[in-house]
Amino acid sequence: MKKSVILGALTVAGLAAGAASAATLDDVKARGQLNCGINTGLVGFAAPDANGEWSGFDVAYCRALAAAVLGDPSAIEFVSLTGKTRFTALASGEIDVLSRNTTWTLTRDVDLKFTFLGVNYYDGQGFMVPKDLGVTSAKELDGATVCIQTGTTTELNLADFFRVNNMSYEPVPIETNAEAQQQFLAGACDVYTTDASGLAATRATFETPGDYAILPEIISKEPLGPLARHGDDEWADIGRWVLNALIAAEEYGVTSANIDEMAAEPTDNPEINRLLGTEGNMGEMLGLSADWAVNAIKAGGNYGELFEKYIGENTPVGLARGLNAQYTDGGLMYSPPVR
Amino acid sequence: MSDLSYVRKEMLAEQSPPATEIGIIGWLRENLFSNWFNGILTVLSLVFIYAVFSAILPWLLHSSWTANSLNECRQQVDAAYGLAAEGGCWAVIRERYLQLIFGFYPSDLYWRPLLAFGVALVALAPVLFTGLPRQMLWFSPFAPFLVPWLLWGGAVWLPLMVIVGFVLAYVVTRVLSAVMPGLLAVPVAALAAVLWWLYAVAPINDGLTVLIANQRIDAVATDMREQADRLPGEIAALDSRIADLRDQVATSEAEKDALFAELEEDHGSEAARQAVLQAIADLRGPRDALAALEKERLGLNEDLSHARSLLAGIEELPALRERRDALLAEQRMARGEEAEEIANQLATLDTQIAGVVDELGRVGLVPVESRKFGGFMLSITIGLVAITVSLPIGVMLALGRQSNLFILRAICVGFIEFIRGVPLITLLFVASVLLNYFLPPGTSFDIILRVIIMVTLFASAYMAEVVRGGLAALPKGQYEAADALGLDYWKAQRLIIMPQALKISIPGIVSTFIGIFKDTTLVSIIGLLDPLGLSNAIRANTAWNGIVWELYGFIALMFFVFCFSMSRYSMWLERKLQTGHR
Repeated sequence: MKKSVILGALTVAGLAAGAASAATLDDVKARGQLNCGINTGLVGFAAPDANGEWSGFDVAYCRALAAAVLGDPSAIEFVSLTGKTRFTALASGEIDVLSRNTTWTLTRDVDLKFTFLGVNYYDGQGFMVPKDLGVTSAKELDGATVCIQTGTTTELNLADFFRVNNMSYEPVPIETNAEAQQQFLAGACDVYTTDASGLAATRATFETPGDYAILPEIISKEPLGPLARHGDDEWADIGRWVLNALIAAEEYGVTSANIDEMAAEPTDNPEINRLLGTEGNMGEMLGLSADWAVNAIKAGGNYGELFEKYIGENTPVGLARGLNAQYTDGGLMYSPPVR
Repeated sequence: MSDLSYVRKEMLAEQSPPATEIGIIGWLRENLFSNWFNGILTVLSLVFIYAVFSAILPWLLHSSWTANSLNECRQQVDAAYGLAAEGGCWAVIRERYLQLIFGFYPSDLYWRPLLAFGVALVALAPVLFTGLPRQMLWFSPFAPFLVPWLLWGGAVWLPLMVIVGFVLAYVVTRVLSAVMPGLLAVPVAALAAVLWWLYAVAPINDGLTVLIANQRIDAVATDMREQADRLPGEIAALDSRIADLRDQVATSEAEKDALFAELEEDHGSEAARQAVLQAIADLRGPRDALAALEKERLGLNEDLSHARSLLAGIEELPALRERRDALLAEQRMARGEEAEEIANQLATLDTQIAGVVDELGRVGLVPVESRKFGGFMLSITIGLVAITVSLPIGVMLALGRQSNLFILRAICVGFIEFIRGVPLITLLFVASVLLNYFLPPGTSFDIILRVIIMVTLFASAYMAEVVRGGLAALPKGQYEAADALGLDYWKAQRLIIMPQALKISIPGIVSTFIGIFKDTTLVSIIGLLDPLGLSNAIRANTAWNGIVWELYGFIALMFFVFCFSMSRYSMWLERKLQTGHR
């Protein structure tokens, strides 16, 4: 460590533009660990426990990826990033993949030169109001004071929504979610708006959650997902198919409980066999071992299991599957075929 | 004269002052009710103080220390102090204080930062307190090498080799100054030291590491194989115990929730309240046991992961070396793009080999990555370095700004004005974001080192201006007196100017220190988990989401302790150095 500090500090000029474009997969394997960018703390998606172990829905993807690539879900260095530092960290190569509830937008994909690996959570912006305000629809919010985090897409969405509906509002700018909770509870604003998942998590912490209602309108599309840099398609493929494997595993009923049994010998379902490496050579094509998907699913479970464990209805966050259900259940989770 | 009828022979006995002038009443009259206006102010202040305390004290006293989530805190407070009671949830501090202090530093290595800060204190003590034995100063120069080694770990010979660089510079200066003018000897010596650090330290370190690695390889492989065989069984055993205990805790928790629901229904009967409190108290034992087991499993998992990866590395090592030799041979023949491709592969291969060899050949402390630093440890590390380094740099800058040498003065003025004209946050963003674009990908220019450098530069610029204030306050006569004594520039500064200038500047210097220490919390904006960043991360845990005041209160208290001690020290120092006759 010390050596790398000294050398890193002093041989900057000498090394310039040296190992510029080595394949990410090779780097990760040589390093023996995955550098994964995560949130500095977001309920249900990334949080450290008392032992300093990170867990959460976004973190689980990192673990699955590390398990698929390195065979070890704990071979990760988590790099906690703020909304301001996340993109430079990815662009500069400080991290291999960013899994930090990042909305997939055209500019981020094209202009910032990132490759989105898929969507692991379909979110959307919503509103929360105290019940005694007597409001049942966001269309009745004309003239309301709104607590809103500055510098996010939520701010722009809010402006769009009120303009389209020909209503006025008074923004109360705030910096963090914690501040927003305090302001909202203290009555500094009538309405709190942020992503619906965040609203649910916030409401769950109130002493009397029943006194507050989340309005039915969702005013924006926020497809959140992991992303990688442009320029290394092989690595992006791996990231994409690890996510697809988790989603497909749920569709086919492969869980962390029955996976050992299913992976032991070929089953009747060829799709499962190809996924779990008992048939075909999918792992080899990706540059991984044959049991890449088995490791990924074992790391925490399939997509549905992860959802239930970190943000599902039995957790304090308490989110329903909604859009994030499998397509067979009327949701949008749809993995392309593994063949 | 004899018609005097009365001559007083003895003095009247002293009478005690009126009751309104002494004791409590006297004090009150003098200090609180000396006239009607002050009386009104006193009453108003008392009302205000009462209002504040009557709001805060119940919240402080009606608090929960043992719950394991915000929800349970509320249940516990309700059960203990009535359903309408509101109280602090200090249980979060009980669970997370170690994390707030050490961040993500491995818990079995906590002794290292503690020892490092102890070493730093011992090294600083003789500088701070002149009453201590002067021999302690001999230890101080070694602290800057010892502290980073303790914090970051690494081979035991690394700090030694860094020291050797300084010794080399000294020797070169001595030798050269005999044969050439001293002005030339110093840069040459500095160059020698830099060359040593750049080109000698790494090869020697690698050589030693490889040597030891080759000696150890078989023993380590056996050991790792044994661990890799043994640990899965132990982990599985632990898993089943954890699962059992978790079930048990879950059942008890469900029972407790049911009890609390009952309590809410019958609006707080004594028996129901006691039942809930008892249930929560009973949960503590199993929960602590569960936490201990989970921690143990985490440690075993890490050991297993380490053993497996090291074992795989050892087994791969001969093949990797063979491949490296083959590539090296190929590289000699290759040209253009092909050569570049091979260079890339070689670099990757080298990292892989170095990873295994370093692990095998390390004599010293386990390395801890900067990313694991957090909490107050991070604040203190950044603050301590910035404070100790910024003072000498600041003094130099202040002198440079007053110098007659044009270029030197221009550089110092430019540096000070530029750094002071830019907010610290901007500098931090440069450190975390912009530098990444300039550095080649994969260069591990440590983020904490970058931040420390930026904060130190920032502090130095302010320090320079504070010291300049002290210099400006000295009467011109002092400078002239120094000249009249025939002292050269450095002697005059050291013996006459600086002691007085620094003494005048003490309040300003310490204010800057305190400011810098508190400014370290700004690093949370670039994603480093200082105490404030950690408070956000702790809130992100579903159990503690919604806790604000308790975390901020604890952090504020810790900062207050540090800053208040600095301020007390500066007042003590000022009194001690008081030589004027005012």
